[in-house]
Amino acid sequence: MKTLAELEAIRERMKGKVAVREANDNTIRIVVGMATCGIAAGARPVLNAIAEEVSKQGLSETVTVTQTGCIGLCQYEPIVEVYQQGKEKVTYVKMDSEKAKKVIEDHIKGGKVVNDYTIGAYNPNL
Amino acid sequence: MKELSLNILDIAQNSVSAEAKNISILLEETESGRLTLTITDDGKGMSPEMVQSVTDPFCTTRTTRRVGMGIPLLKLASEQTGGCLSIVSVPKETDPIGCGTTVRATFDTTSIDFTPLGDVVDTLVVLIQGHPEIDYLFLHSTPAGTVKLDTKELRSILGEEISLGEFEILDWIRGSLEEQYQALKK
Repeated sequence: MKTLAELEAIRERMKGKVAVREANDNTIRIVVGMATCGIAAGARPVLNAIAEEVSKQGLSETVTVTQTGCIGLCQYEPIVEVYQQGKEKVTYVKMDSEKAKKVIEDHIKGGKVVNDYTIGAYNPNL
Repeated sequence: MKELSLNILDIAQNSVSAEAKNISILLEETESGRLTLTITDDGKGMSPEMVQSVTDPFCTTRTTRRVGMGIPLLKLASEQTGGCLSIVSVPKETDPIGCGTTVRATFDTTSIDFTPLGDVVDTLVVLIQGHPEIDYLFLHSTPAGTVKLDTKELRSILGEEISLGEFEILDWIRGSLEEQYQALKK
């Protein structure tokens, strides 16, 4: 049973951790497009897969997962953007939850961009 | 949209854009198969002209693009089952305290054109993940019982410093809702 007592236990466990994260600004930001176009194309499971994987892989302290509106490239949704200080933005297109897991594993954890899923692989002119 | 829960996610994003502090999502199912979805927010509301135009995708201009196709898609989902959609909105300029928008759609779930509700739990988790500062009230009442989530309750336990968007909290929320849905099936 998911009781409120269990929630209190989580709170006690997390108290210290939150402070650690705020002090760190060398974070990676993962942004998922969540407008009508993104949602209709399947962004919801992509976002959930990313959030879950980030937590499972123990990356929560350096990685934030956020949502945004329409990026303007609706035909390439679901779109996932990765922002990292001092590096060029990486735009992944036509994502699904399996591809999302690979991006977390190879790119976010391993530091190697998954070129096959980037917008450049679909349309080199962009 | 493949699932009605995706429409719910989309419409609730409009409430987020309208700077709502509270969003309530109510689903009421009757014995006879009627489903009423009501999404209410306390955001900045819309003018009567805006309310008129949001149901028409071709009336949408670039400045109002945030509204776009969301409402027309929900309207379609409702009307194709013989239901209807209504929007009531009080703009901030008229009433800074009582402002907000209510979108209500009805569905005949026995219709062959009814879009399945799908994964409402996933929708709620994504909403809270994206905007953990907003309070959500979710109530799904069915003839078999009710599923409820009130983030104000959770916040009173977690206090100010722990965000509802923390993965462990989202996981708890998901678990709690799934358990409640399981209980309905028994």
